[in-house]
Amino acid sequence: MTGPRPASVATRTLRIAGRTPSPFGPAFAAGADGTENARSGGAKMSGGGPAFLSSPGRPRLPDDRPSADPKPTERSPAMSRAGALALKQPPEFEPAAPRPVPAAPVIAARGLSLTYTTADGPVHALSDVDLAVAPGEFVSFIGPSGCGKTTLLRCVADLERPTGGELTVNGVGAEAARLRRDYGFVFQAPALYPWRTIARNVALPLEIFGLPRAERRERVARYLDLVQLSGFANKFPWQLSGGMQQRASIARALCFDPKLLLMDEPFGALDEIVRDHLNAQLLELWRKTAKTVLFVTHSIPEAVYLSTRVVVMSPRPGRIVDIVDCTALGRERPLEIRETPEFLRLGQRVREGLRAGHAYDA
Amino acid sequence: MTREATFFSRGRALPVAGVVLALLAGWYLAALLGNWNGAADALARAGAAPDVRGIAAATMAQERPVVPAPHQVVSELWRSIVGMPLGSKRSLLTHAWVTLSATLAGFAIGSLLGIALAIAIVHLRSVEASLMPWIVASQTVPILAVAPIIIVALGAAGLTGLLPKAVIAAYLCFFPVTVGMVKGLNAPDRIQRDLMRTYSASRGQILARLRWPAALPYLFASLKIAVAASLVGTIVAELPTGAQAGLGARLLAGSYYGQTIQIWAALFAAAALSALLVQGIGLAEAATARALGARPAGSAR
Repeated sequence: MTGPRPASVATRTLRIAGRTPSPFGPAFAAGADGTENARSGGAKMSGGGPAFLSSPGRPRLPDDRPSADPKPTERSPAMSRAGALALKQPPEFEPAAPRPVPAAPVIAARGLSLTYTTADGPVHALSDVDLAVAPGEFVSFIGPSGCGKTTLLRCVADLERPTGGELTVNGVGAEAARLRRDYGFVFQAPALYPWRTIARNVALPLEIFGLPRAERRERVARYLDLVQLSGFANKFPWQLSGGMQQRASIARALCFDPKLLLMDEPFGALDEIVRDHLNAQLLELWRKTAKTVLFVTHSIPEAVYLSTRVVVMSPRPGRIVDIVDCTALGRERPLEIRETPEFLRLGQRVREGLRAGHAYDA
Repeated sequence: MTREATFFSRGRALPVAGVVLALLAGWYLAALLGNWNGAADALARAGAAPDVRGIAAATMAQERPVVPAPHQVVSELWRSIVGMPLGSKRSLLTHAWVTLSATLAGFAIGSLLGIALAIAIVHLRSVEASLMPWIVASQTVPILAVAPIIIVALGAAGLTGLLPKAVIAAYLCFFPVTVGMVKGLNAPDRIQRDLMRTYSASRGQILARLRWPAALPYLFASLKIAVAASLVGTIVAELPTGAQAGLGARLLAGSYYGQTIQIWAALFAAAALSALLVQGIGLAEAATARALGARPAGSAR
């Protein structure tokens, strides 16, 4: 696979549903300054190696992954390269890979577009978006309203249908991924059903998936404990504060142990103190559970603080203007890290990306 | 302090009593004016001197007044409820039970039909397009015209007694349930529906776990209208049956023989029954709301 032509590799990879190494490896590549410039259409697609696997700040999978996960290390970047190759490479496709290859991407978008037809003409919510997200990453999407960040997330969740381009989620199409319940979605509002107690709200997906009562009870208790809501199992949503409600909705998204967590401005409606607190908790949760997280926000500090990468988007048409690598901050991130020069520099870079995308033009 | 306890508290007792007194005063005035000519004529025919006080007293004590006075209606109610043995043809309770049983049967049929139609309409676009015009049209037909037709048709088929009345009651009460439930089943907002979509939930699961509980407040509001409509339907259905039994029959018999006091007593019995039924739905609603964790009214948060 020396010097592959990106396009052909990409085509084949998409066809065989993520079982081959990602053609998007270069998209993860950390540049000299720890970041990666993208052309207006998205990440660079020039050939090269799978830099994200070997990048120094790459997230490692923790060993304390919850036992609930039946397939603990599938597609895990922590897996040894040989192991990964043995498992992931059907020999007919990759007879002898000369170089290490990354695990298959959780999300692979190529030329993704979504155009709404409205009375005032077409609206380009997404335009030619290229993106690949590796397992275990925490990727934030930031940009002004109308930049398509929520639309992109909803496409991944198969809540919207793209009108152009290719999108795979865990190696299959978005709809197939939704049908096999690959992801948990956390909405802008907690979306707890007001007629259910907190425990029964968390149990909702488990009921729908048909888990036996004993296991439902066990999982609900475990995940309420994880989000520190154990004492509130029998309360109704209105009896909880907004922050607690959103934590309950996170427990609901996690309790069936999806590989992927999609979060659409989950803390947007909360005050900054609560938000800081929940950010720290979410980061802790991510490190404990080793999920891949896609996180939509419009807060620069929140994006930089949480993410391994920040995708900066701009509106009209919605597109990616920059991808900022934040792995340099490490995985242990106390709240005080926000005052460090590195953090401020990354925030500045995100802000520049927003400015370049005309986010500040009123 | 519960709501029940505050209902008759000092703050409310006064205005409630004031309204009741004003209504009674208006009623007595209406009886006085309405019966004046009749009472004066009767006195004149009896050869008594038509003085104002005599006529005024007579307006309150006529056997077949145009407007019966409140105390006349109350004493008739007392006589026909407490004074007659249960099961007697002259007991108002017997007639009320006949009407109530048909009302409840019609209400059950109509509500279930209304709910079933609403579920079908919400899930199948074709049902809405094909059935909705007929459903609306059915409600524009005057029930007084339809009731005898249904009674006669069902009677010819060998169905008499409770069932034909229940059918007419159901005909009147399914519509508000359908309209309310269609709105209720569509009440969940986009986020709540999207959540179910992310779980790839089936339509049945979405109905049971989202649409149905979300529709319950709408259902109870509709049921209150439906149960009152069902009672009206039953009474109307009792009119053309030859006035055998039921509050409707009692009304009809009263008008045959000019027994205005009996008519009014039957009307009050029907109104009380209706209020009782609506109250019953209200209690069921409150119990359901409690079970589903509705926040108590007037709570701080």
